[in-house]
Amino acid sequence: MALLEIRDLHLHMRSFDGEAHVLNGIDLTVDRGEIWGIVGETGCGKSLTGLSVSRLVPTPPARYARGAIRLDGEDLLAADEKRLRALRGRRIGMIFQDPTTNLNPVFRVGEQLLDVALHAGRSDPSLLGLAPGASGRALKRAARELSLAMLDRVGIPNPAARLDDYPHQFSGGMKQRVLIAMALIGRPDLLIADEPTTALDVSVQAQILRLIHELVREHQLGVMFITHNLGVVAQLCSHVAVMYAGNVVEAGPVRDVLKSPRHPYTNALLAALPTAGTARGALQGLAGTVPSLLTPPPGCRFFNRCPRGEPGCTAATPPLVGPEGGHRVACPVVLR
Amino acid sequence: MIRYILRRLLLLVPVLVGLSMLVFTIARLLPGDPVRLAAGPNATPADIASVAKEFGLDRPLLAQYWDYATGLLRGDWGVSIFSRRPVLEDLSTYLPATLELVLAAMILAVAIGIPAGLMAAVYRDRWPDFLSRAVSLGAISMPRFFLGLLFQLGFAMWLGWLPLSGRFPLTEDPPSAITGLLTIDALLSGNFHALGIALQHLALPAIAMSLSPLATITRMMRASTIEVLQQDYVTTERALGLSRGKILFKYVLKNAVSATLTVIGLYFGWLLGGTVLVETVFDWPGLGLYATQAVLTQDFMPIIGVTLCIGTLFVLVNLLVDLVYGLLNPRVRLR
Repeated sequence: MALLEIRDLHLHMRSFDGEAHVLNGIDLTVDRGEIWGIVGETGCGKSLTGLSVSRLVPTPPARYARGAIRLDGEDLLAADEKRLRALRGRRIGMIFQDPTTNLNPVFRVGEQLLDVALHAGRSDPSLLGLAPGASGRALKRAARELSLAMLDRVGIPNPAARLDDYPHQFSGGMKQRVLIAMALIGRPDLLIADEPTTALDVSVQAQILRLIHELVREHQLGVMFITHNLGVVAQLCSHVAVMYAGNVVEAGPVRDVLKSPRHPYTNALLAALPTAGTARGALQGLAGTVPSLLTPPPGCRFFNRCPRGEPGCTAATPPLVGPEGGHRVACPVVLR
Repeated sequence: MIRYILRRLLLLVPVLVGLSMLVFTIARLLPGDPVRLAAGPNATPADIASVAKEFGLDRPLLAQYWDYATGLLRGDWGVSIFSRRPVLEDLSTYLPATLELVLAAMILAVAIGIPAGLMAAVYRDRWPDFLSRAVSLGAISMPRFFLGLLFQLGFAMWLGWLPLSGRFPLTEDPPSAITGLLTIDALLSGNFHALGIALQHLALPAIAMSLSPLATITRMMRASTIEVLQQDYVTTERALGLSRGKILFKYVLKNAVSATLTVIGLYFGWLLGGTVLVETVFDWPGLGLYATQAVLTQDFMPIIGVTLCIGTLFVLVNLLVDLVYGLLNPRVRLR
């Protein structure tokens, strides 16, 4: 059974102007040890897909119209808040974009880490090396030790002294390391990383990516790595899913998709990447704009910008076609 | 920290010197002649001159101020022309009464306003929010003295639950004076009978007084909580499984209270100077009544004394607010 299965997920978002069809049938399977890069332009629904897995999208205004999200076979859309809370931090870890705003500024770093460790330890005392029914004090002591070990593991120098520091006393990269420690302290099986390196400068970015890579290997995590940096995807990920306007348009092993992209959108996305040899002012873009999600056009949502569009494309949303776990494309035209 | 406190306390000196000069001058510039007023309507010019001499009012303004300022340091805050009692003595009876009233009102306002604002933010646009918004709008729109009258009518006249006015009945033995705050004195001396009586008398004026700070604190707290709830770190805390209660009462509260704290400090000072209406309605023997009487009779020394007193308290309360602010927010360095 796959670790994470998202099947035909439809998310509608209520707004002043009506209901937007934000996710339009997402299909994604993430297994242990796989790092899935989720790429696509701003607003294509990649962050919402990640937040949906932890069920952090507020409903209302959002509404799951159809589909399923399964973690080890358990339907997360049917789970209640109590059950979800037991999964968050424990089975599912999350890292977000901006390390300066994701740590609470008025609490010591150690305390924030400790609270997550305690939460995870309460649902599974063996995480802290304790037997079930351990006393609160033993729990606290073990959680503190685990926090310390975790800070050490993510490469914070002199962690014992830094537990009592406040977030503003850390640099951006160090804060992201702390957040990674928080996300992984409950030994999750699935890590959702929502653009974790976007706010960092390039050299720190490389360190953080290396750290994530090591930790994923170490714990055999399944990862959803949301980004719009294709270079990072090529370096870090084993698989990639390309999203456009609420659909996964192409997915598969990273080498296949990036080396021989098939969907017209993926092709356009890769063509838009400037290389060192590109002449000044010669940036290539993609003409047209994303269709309104309030009144999406019928059929393929990429049709209005697609160089290979045919009249038949507006008939129905094209499904992802291809071998399970292999290179899959949602475009009947290129498949023909 | 200690150095910071000392420096702030030292800053009190120029503030008080400036304040006393200002009030001293303004009091003299007021139309009317306090000496003539004090000497009585049938006083001869000789009587007036002798009264003026008695209080040193015949001397140049600068000399008068110098005498007053040096007197302050010696503990001589001047004598009321009207009551002929030393101002310091008057203050020591009236100030604790007002302080007790204002403290009680602020404790009520903070104890109810902060949780109410927090809940209103959490249940935004649902009935707890509408309720708290309606109550705070009503409380802030209603004049305090009018509310006081309504309370008296309802709780004292019709229901008979609480006394109509006054601070402590003459027929009862007051607790031994330690701080001058009756409720605290009663607690300290273990006199629970007196405590009950003091609380009964304190209840209505304190509630009437607490409503407008309560409303403001609730609204401030609601606004800042709404802002904090949208911060990224709240999402992270939720994403990592922390319980709703822990997020709200630990992580959100500490962030949201900081902004409200400033308002609490300002309100405290504002209430100290604005007790007169409530004190009049409830016949509460406090600073407000004393100051009003002094102004009406152009009694210089009490006016200056009261102003300095409130000024000092205001500065001290705001120092306290800044210290607490430093405790709540590690990014604030107190140097």
